[in-house]
Amino acid sequence: MVITQEFRKKLVTLALIGPAGLWLFVFLVLPFIAILVFAFGKRAPEGGYQAAFTIEQFANLGSRAAAFVNTLMLAPAGAIACLLIAYPVAYYLAVKAHPRHRLLLVSLVVVPFWTSLLVRTYAWMYLLGARGIPHLLELIGIENVRLINTPGAVLLGIVYGYLPLMIMPIYVSLEKLDRRLLEASADLGARPVSTFFGITVPLSLPGVMTGMALVTILLLGEYLIPQLLGGGKVFFIGNALVDLFLQSRNWPFGSAIAVTLVAVVVVVLMVAMRIAWRFAGTRQVDLV
Amino acid sequence: MASAHPNDIEFRSVTKAYGAVTAVRNINLAVPKGSFLALLGPSGCGKTTCLRMIGGFEQPSEGSVLIDGREMNGVPAYRRPVNMVFQHYALFPHFNVEQNVAYGLKQMRPRIDAREIDRRVQEALSMVRLDGFGKRRTHEMSGGQQQRVALARAIVNRPSVLLLDEPLAALDKKLRSAMQIELQTLQRELGITFVLVTHDQEEALSMADQVCVMSAGRIRQLGSPQEVYDRPADLFVADFVGKINRLNGRLEPGGQMLRLADGTALATSGEHSLPAGPVIAALRPEAIRLSRQETGPNGLRGTVTHRIFLGSGVEYAVTVAGLGDFLVTADRGQGSEADLAAPGDAVTLSFDPAAVHLFSPSEAA
Ligand SMILES: Nc1ncnc2c1ncn2[C@@H]1O[C@H](COP(=O)(O)OP(=O)(O)OP(=O)(O)O)[C@@H](O)[C@H]1O
Ligand SMILES: [Mg+2]
Repeated sequence: MVITQEFRKKLVTLALIGPAGLWLFVFLVLPFIAILVFAFGKRAPEGGYQAAFTIEQFANLGSRAAAFVNTLMLAPAGAIACLLIAYPVAYYLAVKAHPRHRLLLVSLVVVPFWTSLLVRTYAWMYLLGARGIPHLLELIGIENVRLINTPGAVLLGIVYGYLPLMIMPIYVSLEKLDRRLLEASADLGARPVSTFFGITVPLSLPGVMTGMALVTILLLGEYLIPQLLGGGKVFFIGNALVDLFLQSRNWPFGSAIAVTLVAVVVVVLMVAMRIAWRFAGTRQVDLV
Repeated sequence: MASAHPNDIEFRSVTKAYGAVTAVRNINLAVPKGSFLALLGPSGCGKTTCLRMIGGFEQPSEGSVLIDGREMNGVPAYRRPVNMVFQHYALFPHFNVEQNVAYGLKQMRPRIDAREIDRRVQEALSMVRLDGFGKRRTHEMSGGQQQRVALARAIVNRPSVLLLDEPLAALDKKLRSAMQIELQTLQRELGITFVLVTHDQEEALSMADQVCVMSAGRIRQLGSPQEVYDRPADLFVADFVGKINRLNGRLEPGGQMLRLADGTALATSGEHSLPAGPVIAALRPEAIRLSRQETGPNGLRGTVTHRIFLGSGVEYAVTVAGLGDFLVTADRGQGSEADLAAPGDAVTLSFDPAAVHLFSPSEAA
């Protein structure tokens, strides 16, 4: 048999994307189909799933409205808080920092990832807990400060944990920014502030949008931080899912919530990309 | 903005060093109002650095740059009455053509009325013959069109000086010569001072009123195109602004006669101040007359080894025993092939004494 050029090309393509494709199919597509099926089913009396076709689970979403509201408020709020802190840092790293120090400074941004998020969040739990900062405040006469188990604590944990993920894509897009465009802008009479808002910001929007999408999407599924720093009070969808699948064994309802979450993520992503493309005038995506 | 100052730009003992690299050394230069200056030189000789110091993107390490008689040290780019056409255009990718051109006008304070901005943008676009392209995205345009957008964007502000950094380098030959003519016309119409950076000697000679030949951060010669071509200050300039044939020889006492290595004597113009002794003579290929006659005044006998038909003329390579190869360009004459010398023909090369440029061998570059 003659192996044609065409055939060989296909073989190479297959070899390149085959393993990842198979992995995703088995561990993402199949489970997702199962979840979809569950979502339209019923809870068996002893827990788990019973075959049915009903939208009862979706109709019941309202009972977990608190989790949705918390997630849909705190995830974007966390992402925006990350953005406000990350942009100046990324700008400093990409534009102002001396090239000789840049690599070191950028690695410092990534260093926290060398320790697990779980450990670091535990540390915050202790810091914000009764024997942490509130205790210190008591020593100087400020009493009854509650930090742990508040939305503020969750927000703080979120910003702390996700900041690097916001800094990196913005840094990349600012670093790629053609310095000659900034010179051209100054040449045409634009003051530094006008250059920043007229040229730098719009051209770094793909990075901003990538960071926002990345952080928001991860936050929508966040479980650990609200669990540790929000106690029982600040429930995210992720916490609700753990509760439904592992404690009350209501698989169909958990599935319905999961499907709804995925739908929200897809919509958020699409809208974000549209906006970024419109502003930047290209369809490039700045990932790290 | 117009003042009585005669020079738009002046360099006073300007030196620019980047760390250990000295890009520009002690340059003095004056560009009169409304003139067209070309900075010409090989890669890395400091042309862009000079332009960037005028634009305000670099500050001189020593000396000062003056625009319109005002010292500019420390004045940021956005406060200078000059605009630049960047080498790779640097068009804003998130703006369309109109928005790019309008950018400078929108920066002006007090603000300009939106309708007035639009009027001036359209005017600038038609000046560079891009009417109707206003709504295009810049990456949807050809190199030549982008170049014209960059030009429109720079002239719409009516700067007193326009800086151009190899603006035509990316264009093909035909488009380049069309744009050269357009640029020249535009310069005359607007009366703006142009400073053009190029490493293409033809471009510099054909477009500018003044050519500043640079090498290794220094000015080698500043003069009109005819001056630098016909009376090059040194061998480097002679070599850089055109082709030359080099001959080693000795200048006889009196300075009129050049004795070549093979013993032939050539008459020179005598317009030089070199002492008797070893010299280098430079001869432009088109200043050499080639004939099939046996003898001629001031002549050398040689044999044609190659003939290259150039279309508009003919180029010959002629070997002269004891002296080496000569490059000679000649007119086509009346066009019949029999009029032309052919490889193998014995010919006489003769020179006008005025065409023999003499240089001291110490400055041989
Ligand atoms: N930012 C910089 N840092 C260090 N050295 C530089 C810098 N810019 C230019 N140089 C050096 O200064 C010298 C002059 O550079 P310049 O860009 O002015 O050359 P040029 O004449 O424009 O050359 P080309 O025709 O290749 O554009 C070069 O040796 C270059 O390496
Ligand atoms: Mg240059």
